[in-house]
Amino acid sequence: MPTPPDLEWALRLEEVSRSFRIGERVVKAVDQVTASATSGAITGLIGPDGAGKTTLMRLIAGLLRPDSGHITLFDIDVGKNPMAAQARLGYMPQRFGLYDELSVQENLDLYADLQGVPIALRAERYAELLHMTGLGPFTARMAGHLSGGMKQKLGLACTLVHPPELLLLDEPTVGVDPVSRRELWHIIEDLTHSTQMTVLFSTSYLDEAERCDSVWLIHEGQLLGSGPPASFTAEMTGRSFLASSALSRRRLQGRLAQTPGMIDALIQGDGVRVTTTVAVPPNASIVAPDIPDLSFLPVPPRFEDSFVARLRTRVSEPQSASPALSPTEKPIPSSKTADIISVEHLTRRFGEFVAVNDVSFRIAKGEIFGLLGANGAGKSTTFRMLCGLLPASSGSLQVAGFDLRTAAAQARERIGYMAQKFSLYGDLSVYQNLRFFSSAYRLSGKTQKTRIDWAVEEFGLASMLKDTARDLPLGYKQRLALACALMHEPDILFLDEPTSGVDPLARRDFWHRINQLAESGVTILVTTHFMEEAEYCDRLIIMAQGNVLSTGEPEAIKAAARTPENPDPRMEDAFISIVEATSTRIPAQ
Amino acid sequence: MNSLSLQRIRGLLRKEFLQIWRDPSALAIAFVLPAALLLLFGYGVSLDARKVDLALVVQTPSPLASSFTSQFADSPYFISHPYSSIQAAEHDMTARTVKGIVWLPSDFSRRARSRGQAPIAVIVNGVDANNARLIEGYVQQVWGTWLTAQIRHSPPLLSVQTLIRFNPSVNSRNYLVPGLIAVIMTLTGALLTALVIAREWERGTMEALIVTRVYIHEILLAKLVPYFVLGMGGMAASVALAVGLFEVPLRGSFWVLATASALFMLTALGMGLLISSFARNQFVAGQIAIIVTFLPAFILSGFVFDIHSMPDMVQFVTHIVAARYLVAILQSVFLAGDVWSVILPNGAALLVMAVIFLGLARAMARKRLD
Repeated sequence: MPTPPDLEWALRLEEVSRSFRIGERVVKAVDQVTASATSGAITGLIGPDGAGKTTLMRLIAGLLRPDSGHITLFDIDVGKNPMAAQARLGYMPQRFGLYDELSVQENLDLYADLQGVPIALRAERYAELLHMTGLGPFTARMAGHLSGGMKQKLGLACTLVHPPELLLLDEPTVGVDPVSRRELWHIIEDLTHSTQMTVLFSTSYLDEAERCDSVWLIHEGQLLGSGPPASFTAEMTGRSFLASSALSRRRLQGRLAQTPGMIDALIQGDGVRVTTTVAVPPNASIVAPDIPDLSFLPVPPRFEDSFVARLRTRVSEPQSASPALSPTEKPIPSSKTADIISVEHLTRRFGEFVAVNDVSFRIAKGEIFGLLGANGAGKSTTFRMLCGLLPASSGSLQVAGFDLRTAAAQARERIGYMAQKFSLYGDLSVYQNLRFFSSAYRLSGKTQKTRIDWAVEEFGLASMLKDTARDLPLGYKQRLALACALMHEPDILFLDEPTSGVDPLARRDFWHRINQLAESGVTILVTTHFMEEAEYCDRLIIMAQGNVLSTGEPEAIKAAARTPENPDPRMEDAFISIVEATSTRIPAQ
Repeated sequence: MNSLSLQRIRGLLRKEFLQIWRDPSALAIAFVLPAALLLLFGYGVSLDARKVDLALVVQTPSPLASSFTSQFADSPYFISHPYSSIQAAEHDMTARTVKGIVWLPSDFSRRARSRGQAPIAVIVNGVDANNARLIEGYVQQVWGTWLTAQIRHSPPLLSVQTLIRFNPSVNSRNYLVPGLIAVIMTLTGALLTALVIAREWERGTMEALIVTRVYIHEILLAKLVPYFVLGMGGMAASVALAVGLFEVPLRGSFWVLATASALFMLTALGMGLLISSFARNQFVAGQIAIIVTFLPAFILSGFVFDIHSMPDMVQFVTHIVAARYLVAILQSVFLAGDVWSVILPNGAALLVMAVIFLGLARAMARKRLD
């Protein structure tokens, strides 16, 4: 392996910009980014979906040319000489770049041929890579038949077949189960320690920032900050607290989110995690004298706090305005009310394959209930059956008092559904989407007008009624999709992966609305592979390979994973310990 | 080509052949699509009139009239239906149960005997203009034969000897099938490369591929070679079908056929590569391939519609349709033999086309996404 030149940095970006024309608009995907990545370290390129991470990766890989600015890889100007740069870097695109019809071994052979790995060195290199990725027993399997986690590792192995000096990984952990995610991190950490490889790792999971040596935080094409993750959290020292009171955590969160001096309020465990504008502990009797037994306990800052703080200080953020919904003072529906959804021994087979296996749960009115699991765990199949879109193979399903086997249509009228990726009509305007969805729910005349006006008012859409849905920022797409799902005032709201990839403020805004809806008696069922989101649920089930591994309140699930080494496990730790304990992991067929 | 690595080319070729072998969609385009189109057109489309339903209206039966009408009963081209009134026959033509009417009015025999003018009316349905013209021609031929027989005691002063060269049975299939092969090969050649590369873009494999040390011309070459082999296989299968199943004669030499097809296949694959440089999903690539290669080849290649009877402007446009050169070569190689005055200029045109399209494809290909 060639020794890297004696440089502090392996990669340097100087005022790099790149814009794209989408219809009549010009989108600045990367806007004046200046940053450098230290040689031999892991640099995290962190930002929500649409922040410009992939464009930046492609610019560095020489796949796109910058409109202005310079990208220097070691001593190569990437814009001028992409071939020279490509000889020294390895790039794993988002879908891993594997050929499904080729076996694990054939994929490796192809990339070894393309990267000019001498035949004599291959056996040793393959052995190393197969050992590292644990793919040794599967060399004859077609790549198309590997699980998501195994594909990700094979993609990595192909990228590493000729050891690059700079490794570019574009969102390698998206859609991959937490166990594989953790394994990938171990592999990459080992690599940088043993070979001095420089790694640029992009992700929208903010919790991955803390595993990087250094972080570039980007949002809307701009670099919000760069440096070691500790430098981000350092500026938040003394500003994070866990609030608890006799009030329900959801109502407490609603109150604290609107209290001056608070930049963030998030449900965590039994309490509400808040972040303040200054490093002074909030005084309970001044902040909210009417809330009984309110107390604030200092907690260590997280990377996400710093992101939220930086976003709040950017004035050009209309979506940071707090939602117009005011906390309702209606009595909270008691959990003893009748179950609105009841699922008994639900099973769904596709031929030999059991997608959902003997799943049972009950959801009370006004509850937020989560289905947590990695891709392929059976969440979406369960969801489709609950919506009456897919018949069950066996078991019973009751939604809002209707048996889905006999009265799917009636049940559906009571359900609002927000699909993954927000199934809006991209070519229609915001207003046309609202009109269409309200008509689809058979609203007309005055009622329809009233509901559209309500949606426009409630979701702050007035200024963009004529904009086409496709061109909306992700956070607004999400709002519009929620508005469309609520047009017919459903009793039950189904949310399929509602916030994956949206920025933290949009996610907070969204969950604030969901909490308000739950408070007003709407039952919410949400699927997510996003472990943090599970915290916001009243109860949840954890699914893997079609089976329910665990059911209960988030606190109880986390408590079960408590060990002497890890006294305060996060949801992800709990998830991994449950998956590892309950099943011997079966590779996908 | 500044640099070629055998190792890289071999790796890419192996990958491509494995994919073709394991994912049969490329094989389907190369073999099933041509076979299906050939069968469909070969059996379904014919420009010949056969077994045409013809109404024979004889208002006053007589030996003379029946000697005339019996000519139709013996003809392979007509199924004759006797009528006694012209109104009934016209009604049936309106209902399209008969395609034409031969009407011998009531005074036919009398006027013929009195050496006057004996009128025979022929009424054809002009909606189907092609069929109408054919019926008209056939009826005149039948009439001519009959007339000659009637006046055989006084031989005619001059006679016309018709000699049909190259396609003596005047079977339109013999002339359509070779042209059809050219049209089908246009489609499969362009589809093969356009779809296969679009699929690599869709699945994100192209992005991973172009970041390696591979050169863009190596990628193009590794796409060209396997799909050339496949396309030529499809071509051979089509020729075998034409000769074996449709009994189209093959009078020219194999090498002329193979060389012309190879040049044409390179042109079609070049068009596909060119399409793939801007169409990055399979749906769009397929649509473009059909609209810019198949349709012009179908309409403007001279396969059905004679180029010389097109307006000058349209004739001019046909020069950029590569299929027209192959249609000309194939029609002559199949039906007439190695007619060098046809093969050489058209072959040269195909060579120019292949160079242009492959050159354009090379010039447009980028190791970049923008």
